[in-house]
Amino acid sequence: MPSFLTPDFGLLFWMLIAFLVVFGILAKFGFPAIINMVEERKKFIDESLQSAREANEKLANIKAESDAILKEARQQQSQILKDATAMRDKIIREAKDKAASEGNRILEDARLQIEAERDKAKRQSREEVADLSIKIASQVIARNLQQDEEQVAWIDRMLDELTATKQSQQ
Amino acid sequence: MKQRIKHTILTLGMVCLMALVPFRVMAAHEGGQEEINVQELVMEHTSDAHDWHITTINGRHISIPLPVIVKSSQGWQVFMSSRFSESADGVYRGLYLNEDGKVCEKNAAGEEHRVLDISITKNVLQLWIVVTLLLVIFLYCAHWYKNKRPEDDAPRGFVGIIEMLVMFVYNDVIKETLGEKHYRKFAPYLLTAFFFIFLSNLLGLIPIFPGGANLTGNIAITFFLALCTMLLTNINGSKHYWKDIFWPDVPWWLKVPIPIMPIIELFGVFTKPFALMVRLFANIFGGHAVAISLTCVIFITCQMGVAKGAFISPISVFLMIFMDFLELLVAFIQAFVFTMLSSVFIGLAVQGGEEEHSVEISK
Repeated sequence: MPSFLTPDFGLLFWMLIAFLVVFGILAKFGFPAIINMVEERKKFIDESLQSAREANEKLANIKAESDAILKEARQQQSQILKDATAMRDKIIREAKDKAASEGNRILEDARLQIEAERDKAKRQSREEVADLSIKIASQVIARNLQQDEEQVAWIDRMLDELTATKQSQQ
Repeated sequence: MKQRIKHTILTLGMVCLMALVPFRVMAAHEGGQEEINVQELVMEHTSDAHDWHITTINGRHISIPLPVIVKSSQGWQVFMSSRFSESADGVYRGLYLNEDGKVCEKNAAGEEHRVLDISITKNVLQLWIVVTLLLVIFLYCAHWYKNKRPEDDAPRGFVGIIEMLVMFVYNDVIKETLGEKHYRKFAPYLLTAFFFIFLSNLLGLIPIFPGGANLTGNIAITFFLALCTMLLTNINGSKHYWKDIFWPDVPWWLKVPIPIMPIIELFGVFTKPFALMVRLFANIFGGHAVAISLTCVIFITCQMGVAKGAFISPISVFLMIFMDFLELLVAFIQAFVFTMLSSVFIGLAVQGGEEEHSVEISK
């Protein structure tokens, strides 16, 4: 057999030692360092992707939530405005009603007073008329019943005067 | 475009210059020196040696002497291989190198026999260079990772390439073929084998000192690697694996009176790693042999005549460049194939039963 086809013992011996040395050292210190780091990096990237996805989802949720809150706030705002308008209208109406009733009352009071005043004035004028009548009557009586014609004319004149004053009064 | 044309012209010029080099060499060798023996040259360059030959100037060999460690009839002996060439008859302390370059001695009857030899030969030195480089490369990478956290940037440059290669072998070869359950256990061996073979192949392509030895093209190295795979396969073989060998699922008459199938299967246990051993050895050995042969073509054609030499040399140089690129590819492919097949063999042995089980369940 040609020499290049027969394994040399010496080379085999050294190969055994060299390969075991390199295998032992690389298996312990060489490959694990590289492989572990790559796998950890892979895990880290996976986790990062996962958390990014979660963050995106959370962000979308937050947006929806804020939209909902905004919507609710807007609803509340319009509700409040509506309530306020209603309240204002109510207050105004009540004020108006109150003012109207107050005015009516005042008017009524005034009317009553006026009426009272008028009654009083009427009463007074009546008393005066009565007084005057009595005076006139007494004067007439005093002027005596001497001159009938004269008397009648005088009474007529008196009555005319009275009527005139009455008319002017009215 | 202009740059490209310039580049092409420059390359062509270089090739022509390289083609002219042999003429100078021939001129130096003028005067009827020895004929070029291609077979001898190829064997010299591809086989192991006790010194590391660098070059020959004017018939003087320049080489790095390496230590010889042998156990002869006189006990253990350690000396530099240059002692052989220094002594007049090439014999030192009764030891000499035979025509294969192995250390031999003669017994009392004058018969040549080899001695127990654990010398630091060219291949052993290359082996330790590969081991040192592997350790430097991977411990440097491991050191680079030491103070890094997973959230730091991925490595760039050299560490990045190593990481890419490691993860390629780890994910696409080991994990794929061994399955989720077993891959962690065998990954260190397979990765070590891959990078050992790959780096040895690459260093084998460098023609001068720190590389150039034909390490993975040496049968002892591939024998050892194949033996490792075989041991791992059979030691970790599942019950199902052994049942498939001694009592495979075939008609009974193939196994009862004459156990034809079990014999074939048992034979397969040894042929699989044998194929691993021969494939790697033959590919790398062949690559080296072709590269050296193509170099020899230049010298041979120049010996036959200047015109022939001038015509053939550029073609040969072109082929050599092509071969070198091809060998670069082969360096990777053979490392990959060895690792993948080892992984497949181990995978088939360790997980045989579970697959069938899972198939049954899925039915």
